[in-house]
Formats: sequence, C-alpha cells, structure tokens
Amino acid sequence: MNKGKLEESFFLGLMLFSILIVVGSLFAIFTVVILRGLPALSISMITQTPKGGYYLGKEGGILNAIVGSLFLAGGSTLLAILVSLPIALYIHEYLGRARIANFIRLSLDVLWGIPSIVYGAFSFTIMVSLRMRASLLWGIITVTLFLIPIMTRAMDEVFKMVPQKVKEASYALGSTRLETVAKIVTRQALPGIVTAVLLSFGRAIGDAASVLLTAGYTDSIPRSLFDPVATLPLAVFFQLGTPYPEVQQRAYASGFLLLILVMFFSIASRISAKKFMKYTIT
Amino acid sequence: MNRKLKNTIASKLMLLATISSTSLVFIMAFVLYRKSVKIFSNRSLIDLLLKSSWAPTKGDFGFYPFITSTVLVTGLAMSLSIPLCLLTAIYLSEYAPSKVRGIIKPILDLLSGIPSVVFGLWGVSFVVPIIRDYISQFVGVTTTGYCLLSGGIVLALMVFPIIISVSDEVLRSVPFEVREASFSLGATKWQTVKYAVIRRALPGIIAAIILGFSRAFGETMAVLMVVGNVAKVPSSLFDPAYPLPSLIANNYGEMMSIPLYDSAIMFAALLLMLVISFFSIIARIIQLKIERRSL
Repeated sequence: MNKGKLEESFFLGLMLFSILIVVGSLFAIFTVVILRGLPALSISMITQTPKGGYYLGKEGGILNAIVGSLFLAGGSTLLAILVSLPIALYIHEYLGRARIANFIRLSLDVLWGIPSIVYGAFSFTIMVSLRMRASLLWGIITVTLFLIPIMTRAMDEVFKMVPQKVKEASYALGSTRLETVAKIVTRQALPGIVTAVLLSFGRAIGDAASVLLTAGYTDSIPRSLFDPVATLPLAVFFQLGTPYPEVQQRAYASGFLLLILVMFFSIASRISAKKFMKYTIT
Repeated sequence: MNRKLKNTIASKLMLLATISSTSLVFIMAFVLYRKSVKIFSNRSLIDLLLKSSWAPTKGDFGFYPFITSTVLVTGLAMSLSIPLCLLTAIYLSEYAPSKVRGIIKPILDLLSGIPSVVFGLWGVSFVVPIIRDYISQFVGVTTTGYCLLSGGIVLALMVFPIIISVSDEVLRSVPFEVREASFSLGATKWQTVKYAVIRRALPGIIAAIILGFSRAFGETMAVLMVVGNVAKVPSSLFDPAYPLPSLIANNYGEMMSIPLYDSAIMFAALLLMLVISFFSIIARIIQLKIERRSL
C-alpha cells in the first residue's frame, strides 16, 4: 500500500474513533443518570414537597422544584416571545439589508455568548438596588433576559427561510407592513417559531446558574410572584451537596426527571414543527 | 383604528424592543462596572489580576488563582475537544453516508440539550471516581478526583455539539466545485479534504472553535460540581481549581456582609463578560467575512 492510502486510512480510523467517543460519551451520560436515578425514583418524589428533615434523608419529594421550574420556564418563555418576536421581525422586515441590522445582530451575538451566571449577577445587582428579595418574579426576569438573544437568533434564522414571493404577493394586495408581517410572515414561519420557542423552554428549564442568585430556594410551592421558588437543577445541586447517601441518590433521581423533561421538549419541538407545516405554502 | 396608524404604532413598538435589547449589552457592562468600581479605590488593576492571596475578610482580593483556573480548565477542555470535534465534523460532512449522518446529527442535537447540572452529575459519579481510583494510581499521585482534569473532561463534552455542528455546517458550505477541481487534478479524497476543503473552511472552523471556547469559559454549574473549588493556583492536572464562574456562584450569599466583597464578585462577572464579548465579536467578524466572500 502506498503512503497516501496509508495516511488516508489512518485518518479515517481516527475519525471513526472520535465519533465513537462523542456518541459514546452521550450514552455514558444517559446510562449513568438512568442507572443511578431510576432506582431512587418513587411516586412520593414527584407528588410531595420536602417534609421536615428531607435533606437528612427523611420523607418528602421535590414537587416544589418541578412546579417551580415549570412556572419559571413557562413565564420567562412567554415574556421572551413577546420581546423576541418583534425584534426578529423588525430586523428582518423593517431593516432589511441596512447596516444597522448587522450591528443589532452583533450585539445579540455578544448577548448570546454571555454566560448565564453573568446574567444572574446583573439581575441580582438590580434586584438588590431596588431593595427587593429573591423571588419567582426576579427569576423570570433573569431567565427572560438570558432567553431573548437565544430566541431572537433562532427566529432570525427562521425568517430568512420565508420566500420573498409570499411577501410580495401580500404587498401586491395592498397590505401594510404590519399586516404582511403578522398574518403572512409569522404564519409561514410558524413551524420554525414553535421549534425556537420549545428549544428556549428547554434551555430555561435546564439552566441553573442564572437563577441561583435571583430565584431563591424554598421547600414550598410559590403562591405569588413575590415568593422565592425552587428549581429542578438547583434541587439536583443542593441534594448532591448533602453528606447523606440517601439524599444524594435523590439527586440522581431528580437529575433523571430533569433529563426526561428536557428531552421531552426537545422531541416535542421536532414533532410539532412538522405539525405546524400545514399552515405554510411553498 | 386606522390600518396605517396601527402599522406606525407597531413599527415604533418593535423599534423600542429592538433598541432596548440591543442596549442591554451596554447596560449590563455599565451596571457591573459601577458595582465593581469600588474595589479599584485602593488597588490597581494589575494588583487585582496578578496577586494570588484571596482573603476577603482581610481585604485581600487577588484574582490570579481564579483567572489561571479558568484559563487552564478552558484550555484543557478545548485541547481535548478540538481534535475530536474536527475529526467528527470532517467525517460527517465528507465521508459519512447519509444514513449515518441522519443518525448522528439528532444525537448531537440531543447532547446539546442536556442541562449542565446533568453533566455535573455524570462528572461526579463517573469521571471523578475514575480519576481518583484508576488514573491517579496509574500516574502515581493521590487526588480526591475533584480536580482540574475532571473539570476539563466534563467541559470538553459540553462543547462537543456546538463545535461539531458549526464546523460541519462550514465544511458543507464549501462549494462542490472546489472538490471537483481537486479531484480532477488526481488528488485522493483525503488529499482533497486536507488541501482544498479544510483550507477553504478554515476561518469558519476558527469561528466554531471560538464559539465553543466562549461556552466553556463561562460554564458554571457542571464545572463547579467537579473542579474542587480551592482558591490556589493549581500546579498539576490533579490539583483542585477554582474558576471565576464558580467563585460567583459560591459566594453570592455571603458577599453582602463583608466590605468590598460584593464589588469583587461583580468584578469577576465583569471580567467574564468582557473576555467573552471580545471573543464573540471576533467570531462574528470572521463569519461576516465568510458571508461576504461567498456572495
């Protein structure tokens, strides 16, 4: 065999090896979390809030964290849609190829890169200077800020796919920009928008660092926006931090629940994207 | 209401949303700067960045251990993941049959959705014991397993999806003519990839690496859980480290009670933000250049 062939098969081998590691590590994560989480999972974990001594290994569950995560992620995703959709539409349909559009995209990219812990520190500073306390409200604000660049960027990509002809047809019928954008562009892009929203929801549920500083942590389910709130990732973190093996087992069970929840939304986003295709014309 | 009026109002509102979120970058930088400015009152920037004694109760704020920890953990993660990711991306875009691609791409998407605490759990129950019980004996050191190496491995995994998917996209966007030209000169597939495709895709690959780097640099929870968190400059792979994000996450509770501590923590946040913004801008500039070239 000549040298070139040898080199090629050497690198091909390396590539297959790399893929093996990348895919294998994913399976390693799933296996570890399932193997250690599933046995520790019980009905009471998802139906009860922590009772006294829960973190010492006594009775209770993490319903507070599950509900808290859903409140937090739901609220912030809704708020983020309200802000991101207009921004993405504005960049696309109103600014078009103007230079300023690139500047706005740049600043969104910078925001996209800023780690969630910095968002947490920022919101914490504002919260403290307003003399307010860690609560569901501030958790939602923090996560919303951190979702806006993620969602806007995803929607921006989606709107790029909307064919020019569809818009031209709308304008030709005498529609204003708003009518075109609200009734034609948004509907045409609906599958992509749904995907973007569900992906952001998954990010909101999974992120712990941003709410560590602003959402507080509590053993009860929040009754108002001004109550502190527990989240599933932080429940994993705190339970793992205790010195008791029974509680640490529950951390794995909580991690398993979190993983299931996130995977559910990730798969749902794929399926629903296909479903909403029926509103589009090509 | 008049249609025209509605149109005008809506466009003004959209403009408002756009302006306010664009200015968020500057507002954030300004707020963090205002909070951290107090710490400069009797220390110079050089002192803060290069002194290694950390004792907030005595007013000693040396960020050197945290900065080196961040740089080392990130560097380690990148040097583990870059070769693996590039080889995977090259295989996916150039060699893989479409069936294999169709299986592996969704798996990568799945990987990118896993929350960071779950990576942390995996690190604690899988990476840490392996390093403590096997690798350390193999090398001949004693370690708790909560160390720089664990942090680097967990972090490397977390940046796989972003580097692979962006470089795969970049490689696929290389026009087919480039490959044809190389084949017509008698080059083999590997020679084509090595001399033509990679060269053409290089700026994009660099942008992909920078994106992965930014993600790794600011990652908090997963690293916090496995890295040990001791405020000393690590001297080997098996020493604990204490990166900047972990510093913020661990100390927000007590920072209000010790003077200047809060501004030190906010300084850490500002530092993270500035470094990452710098790299984001460079990645964006590279991507813009590629777009212009392909027009």
